[in-house]
Amino acid sequence: MLQHGPRSEFLGGVRAELPLLLGVVPFGLIFGVLGLAAGLPAWAVVVSSFLIFGGASQVVFAQLWGAGTPPVVTAATVGVVNLRHLLYSAAVAGYLRELPWRWKLLLAYLLTDEAFAAAIGRLRDGPATPYRHWFLFGTGFTLWAGWQASTLGGVLLGTAIPAAWSLEFSIPLTFIALLVLSVRKRSEAGAALAAGFAAVVLLAIPHKLGLLAAALAGLAVGLALRRLDEDAA
Amino acid sequence: MSTTALLMAMAACGALTFAIRLSFIAFGNRMPDDPRFLAVLRYVPPAVLGALIAPDVFAPGGQFTATADSPRMWAALVALIVARLTRSVLATIASGMAALWALQAMAT
Repeated sequence: MLQHGPRSEFLGGVRAELPLLLGVVPFGLIFGVLGLAAGLPAWAVVVSSFLIFGGASQVVFAQLWGAGTPPVVTAATVGVVNLRHLLYSAAVAGYLRELPWRWKLLLAYLLTDEAFAAAIGRLRDGPATPYRHWFLFGTGFTLWAGWQASTLGGVLLGTAIPAAWSLEFSIPLTFIALLVLSVRKRSEAGAALAAGFAAVVLLAIPHKLGLLAAALAGLAVGLALRRLDEDAA
Repeated sequence: MSTTALLMAMAACGALTFAIRLSFIAFGNRMPDDPRFLAVLRYVPPAVLGALIAPDVFAPGGQFTATADSPRMWAALVALIVARLTRSVLATIASGMAALWALQAMAT
């Protein structure tokens, strides 16, 4: 077997991704359950994992759709939630430049937080061989398969869980966990607090547009508070 | 109709997400080094998450109900503390749900 052949790179990516599935599979199970709790039909929960393929944004989609939000506002919010993938796209673009379009399209579809996190070290620090994109394919495919399977499992579990368990509350709980993981600086905590305050104040704005306005307010406050970080960083 | 609308909405969200992921890959650009671009992106996750969490915790069902006996508020506080201590998504959800169930059981 070639040391840096397609097969060995792909398997290297699979091995790098497997430990991350420990966190992803339970999240997929939970998404399957709470997608139903938010009011999506079972088929839509499964199809959203295939079409949208982004954990937090799928939770947002389920929640907004369940609340009867207009599709344009829902899509805009999903787009904002996934905007961070711009950074991943920019970070891997240089390594994929010479590839044919079918590879670029495939790897873009598979470019998630966890696939990126597990592959960027290999791309940046490993040898610049012609098959290194197979490593990213390995991490991306492994995560994709784990996510689809666990969502399906969650949907099967979820149909057996009664509404009295208030499982829809696991949606904000998921976001609280993601928020704590994403906040490393004081200004970022400030952005979250400001956005949360604004979201409650702006609740009366129709069509959940207050949500986007509140996110923008949080963004502005975070940027304004940047100088707070200098002594903390 | 509603099935088609739901499918279309998911396809639109998927297309948008895919376009974001493809953006730089498609054109082979390197990382933009404009610090303003990077700074704005950094505040997107906390701002969006803050805006999503607060109404569910303080105003479930669209009505502001942040009184001292609101079980969701206290359960969210428990989850926040556990999240900071463990940095685990699973432990956060488990502790928050357990706190909510305990408070709801005490209230009845």
